[in-house]
Amino acid sequence: MVRRAGKDFKDWRLGAVAILLALGIWQFVAAVIIRYPFILPAPTDVFSAFLSLLQTGDLFLDIEASLIHFAIGLGLALLVGIPIGIIMGWSRRIESLMDPLIELLRPIPPLAWIPFAIIWFGLTSFSAGFIIFAGAVFPIIINTYSGFRGVPRVFVEAGKMLGCTKDRDLIRYIAFPAALPAVASGIRIATGVGWMCLVAAELFGVSNYGLGQKLWFYYSLHQMDSVVVYMILLGMIGLAFDMIFRYYVERHFLKWRTGEVA
Amino acid sequence: MANLEIRDLTQSFPRDDGSTLTVLDQVSFDVKDTEFVCILGASGCGKTTLLRMIAGLDTAESGTIVLDGEKITGTDPKVGFVFQEYSLFPWRTVIDNIAFGLEMRGVSKEDRYLVAEWYLDLINLTQFKDSYPSELSGGMRQRVAVARALTLDPVLLLMDEPFGALDAQTRNMLQKELLQIWQKTKKMIIFITHSVDEAVYLADRIIVMTPRPGRICRNFEISLPRPRDRTSVEFAQVRRDVLDLINQNCSIQ
Repeated sequence: MVRRAGKDFKDWRLGAVAILLALGIWQFVAAVIIRYPFILPAPTDVFSAFLSLLQTGDLFLDIEASLIHFAIGLGLALLVGIPIGIIMGWSRRIESLMDPLIELLRPIPPLAWIPFAIIWFGLTSFSAGFIIFAGAVFPIIINTYSGFRGVPRVFVEAGKMLGCTKDRDLIRYIAFPAALPAVASGIRIATGVGWMCLVAAELFGVSNYGLGQKLWFYYSLHQMDSVVVYMILLGMIGLAFDMIFRYYVERHFLKWRTGEVA
Repeated sequence: MANLEIRDLTQSFPRDDGSTLTVLDQVSFDVKDTEFVCILGASGCGKTTLLRMIAGLDTAESGTIVLDGEKITGTDPKVGFVFQEYSLFPWRTVIDNIAFGLEMRGVSKEDRYLVAEWYLDLINLTQFKDSYPSELSGGMRQRVAVARALTLDPVLLLMDEPFGALDAQTRNMLQKELLQIWQKTKKMIIFITHSVDEAVYLADRIIVMTPRPGRICRNFEISLPRPRDRTSVEFAQVRRDVLDLINQNCSIQ
C-alpha cells in the first residue's frame, strides 16, 4: 500500500510537470513566435479573458444553461434507453423486434438530427436536449441490453429456487443488479458522447446562454481568447462528469465488484 | 414425513446430426424422510439433468416427480438448491444473500435478519456477515450457498457437486460440516458427486448411474455408523465394495 501511494504521488507530479511544460511551450509559441492572438491566443491572454468574463457573471449563466440542456438530453436518454435496453435484454422476441430498427437508427450522427430538432421543438432548450439525447441514448440502450444478456444463468436460477419467480422480480432483484456495472459504463459513455454533442446543439441559437452558444458567439466577434476560455470550461466539466463516475459511482454503488473480474 | 417419488423419468435432446440423445431413460427411485442420498456417476450420465428436474428448473419429457403428494411442475420453495458453480449474488452482502428467500416472501428486514443470523451461526461465518462474496474463499461461498438454500426451510435440499471446485482439505471439512448441518436441520438431501470417497463418507444410500442413456445401475445402502472415519479399515472396505460393484456391473458401454 505504501509503495503504491508513493507511486501515485510520483505520477501526479509527472503529470503536473507535463501540463506546466505544455503551458510554457504554448505561451512561447503564441507570444514570441506567432504574436497574433487571433491565430493563437497565449495562456496569459486566455487568463485575462477568463477574469473579465468572470466579472460579468455570464459564465455561471452559461454553465447553468448548458447543464439544463445536458440534463434534458441525458435524462430523456436514461428514461428511454434503460427500459428499452432491459426489455431487449430480457426477451429474445423483443430483441428480434427492436434490434434491426436500432441498428438502422444508431449510425445516424446525432448532429444530423439538428434540422428536425428545430422543426419539432423550435429554438428551445428541448431542441438542444434532443440532439444530446440522440447521441446519448444508443450507448445506454446497447450497454444495458448487453449487460442483461450477460447475466449468468445461475443467478436467475438461484433466484427462482428462492421464490423469485415473476419476470418483474427477476429483473428487479437479479438481472438489474447483476447488469448494473454494464449499465453504469453505458451511462458513462453516454455522458461523454452527450457532452460532445453540446457545442453543436447550442450553435443554432436555442438560447442566449450556454457554453457552446458563447463559444460560437465569441468566435463571431473574433475574440479567440474567450473562445479558448469556453473550450477549457467544456473540457473541465466533461472531465468532472467522468471523475464523478470513476470515483463516486463506482466506489459507492459497485463496491461489490472489488476482486471480481471487471 | 417427507417423501419423494420419481417414476419413469425420461429425457432426450436432439443432436446436431438429427438423431436424439437419451439423457435419462426410465429413471425411478424413492427417497424418504431425512435420508441422505448420493447420486454417483461419471460426467454425462444425466445426473445434473435429473437434479434440475427435481428442482423444477427443467421439465421431463415423460415421467413424474412427486414430493409430499404434490407433483413438481416448477420451482418450489419446498426444494432448496446448491449449485456447482458459485451462485451467490455478488452485489449482496453475505447476510443479504442468506436472507434473499425471506425477502422475496415479504418478511420484514428485522425478522429475516434474525433467521439469517441463525443460519450464519450454523455455518460458523458470523464474522463475515457484512462481507461481499468476492471477499470469501471458495469454501466459504459454498457454505453461504448452503445457508441461503436452507432459510426457506425446504423439505428437500438438492446439491449439485457443491464441493467439486474445492481443494481436498476444504472439501473434507465441508463434508463434515454438511453432515452436522443435516443432523441439526433434518432435511432430505440428494447430493450429486462423481467421487466414490465423497459418496461413501456422506450418504445413507448411494444411487449409481450409468451414461448413454442415463440409467440407475445400483443402489447401495451404506450402514457405516457416523461419524465415519475415512482412514478406517471398514471405510476402505465399503469403498472397495462400491468400486468393485461399479466396475462389474456399471461399466460404461
